[in-house]
Amino acid sequence: MARMKFLCDAERCIECNGCVTACKNENEVPWGVNRRRVVTINDGVVGAEKSISVACMHCSDAPCMAVCPVDCFYKTDDGVVLHDKDLCIGCGYCFYACPFGAPQFPQAGAFGLRGKMDKCTFCAGGPEPDRSEAEFQKYGRNRLSEGKLPACAEMCSTKALLGGDGDVIADIYRERVLRRGKGSEVWGWGTAYGPGAPGAKPPPQMQPQPQPAKKS
Amino acid sequence: MRLLLTVAAAALLAVGASACGEKQQVVVYKQGKYQGKPDGRPWDNDSPVAELRGGKWSKGDRTSWEEQIKNRQLAQHEHKRIYQ
Repeated sequence: MARMKFLCDAERCIECNGCVTACKNENEVPWGVNRRRVVTINDGVVGAEKSISVACMHCSDAPCMAVCPVDCFYKTDDGVVLHDKDLCIGCGYCFYACPFGAPQFPQAGAFGLRGKMDKCTFCAGGPEPDRSEAEFQKYGRNRLSEGKLPACAEMCSTKALLGGDGDVIADIYRERVLRRGKGSEVWGWGTAYGPGAPGAKPPPQMQPQPQPAKKS
Repeated sequence: MRLLLTVAAAALLAVGASACGEKQQVVVYKQGKYQGKPDGRPWDNDSPVAELRGGKWSKGDRTSWEEQIKNRQLAQHEHKRIYQ
């Protein structure tokens, strides 16, 4: 059984915001709502600038589901976290609970009236008939029902953003890191525990294995 | 009378000691149940029409849909797509 996840390779992301644009275009997301955004740290610092594309991470134990007072969230068989907009009361609890700031709320009027929550659906639509106009209007396009992956990941020009079954995209990323000889310090051990000292190498088990020479 | 006092003192001690106990202060979350409308499953749809250029699978067959999605996922892997 697939568990749909996103994975963004900070070594590859060039902050082009193409994923943000693709998402807005594919799902016709209203003005002021960004289901996906690109976050950059150390902006302008040569060699230290890193960008990452962030949206709903479709958590295995989603805090938004836990705090929702009307229980409008559900998880599909593929591990995609979705919600029913007809049930959502727009309270904003999910926004406070989400560590990624994924839930978005359309605002309108002079007093910024808050609408119902909107978030990344992994291009899987919502609880309306698949590929129907009602589904598109409320949740956006249902690409999974067309045998496709989310638009943001599929159109990423550098393939920094990967989307799909967690096992498959983790394998892609792992092979990529081994080939380029670095990366585990960017995502994983180094990020979680730090390099130890300036210039320190990751533990032996984290170091890339030498690749066999290729025949030309 | 003495027995009564002893019993009263023991009871008081027991009540007093119980105040020193520690209560669980962590909220135990009870998972809510989804209250909304049921959703369809992606493999229960027909393969899309040609102009949508989606995948091909048999309607209702989860395995063939997953196979299609897996091929699509591997297309993100440029080492497999370009060098092999």
